[in-house]
Amino acid sequence: MQPLDWIGLLALGFAGGVTGGLLGVGGAILFVPALVMFADQSQLGAEASSLLAIVLVSLVGTWRQWSYGNVRLGDGLVIGLLSPLGVVAGVVLANALSERTLELSFAAVQLYFAARLARRVVFPSGARTASVQSGGDPRAPDRRP
Amino acid sequence: MSGRSDAASQGTLARRRIPRLGVIATAAGAFAGLFGVGGGTIIVPLLVFWFGYDQRGATATSLAAIVVIGALGAVAQALYGNVDVWHGVLVALPGMAGVLAGTAIQQRLSERAVAGAFIVLLLGSAAVLVF
Repeated sequence: MQPLDWIGLLALGFAGGVTGGLLGVGGAILFVPALVMFADQSQLGAEASSLLAIVLVSLVGTWRQWSYGNVRLGDGLVIGLLSPLGVVAGVVLANALSERTLELSFAAVQLYFAARLARRVVFPSGARTASVQSGGDPRAPDRRP
Repeated sequence: MSGRSDAASQGTLARRRIPRLGVIATAAGAFAGLFGVGGGTIIVPLLVFWFGYDQRGATATSLAAIVVIGALGAVAQALYGNVDVWHGVLVALPGMAGVLAGTAIQQRLSERAVAGAFIVLLLGSAAVLVF
């Protein structure tokens, strides 16, 4: 690795961590390209190695968020422990659909989520009503400022 | 917001919560498994839409889930010999410094600002998938 590679890896690693802490994602969206571009890893190798980084970074993030009182550990653990169901579903999907179809479907879901979140940001009171109507957590109104 | 009221409600609501948490887990696991990224972009919005989480609670709980999802994935990939520990740790070190900064910044932002930043992330992630 050249000096520039080190700088790139440090910068993208740090940015991935900030994204993770701020937005609750693992940071793979930046760790994987960092490892491909600056550590000469293959896409598969980078995705595998980034998992280790994701665990360490998410662990530190969860610890900090816990001390801020934001983590609902039970829900988080249930989602984590049931996630292997998704791996099975992913294998089924990968065999049934082309990679391009999967990419476009995932992108469509994300755009839909973005639109729904945007509506909540723009119309916060409407979003609260919608949350209650859809059987949301009854404590939700208390949690909002 | 406290862990205690959370635990109390989980007992009574468990039967209603777990199927939905299972759907979130399946979707997040599928996306993470297929693309190597993206679990959090599914978990956070669905916790907000389905369980009425605020942004901070959703992102924090998503991180807890990702610890487990990532650990299961890392073990599976390590069994195939695909994990390069040195490079994983190398990118994790600045990542851990970053996540300390990210969580600290988040506590100072408004709910809407965090949601706005998350929307940008979703748009960026969708663009990466399409192009």
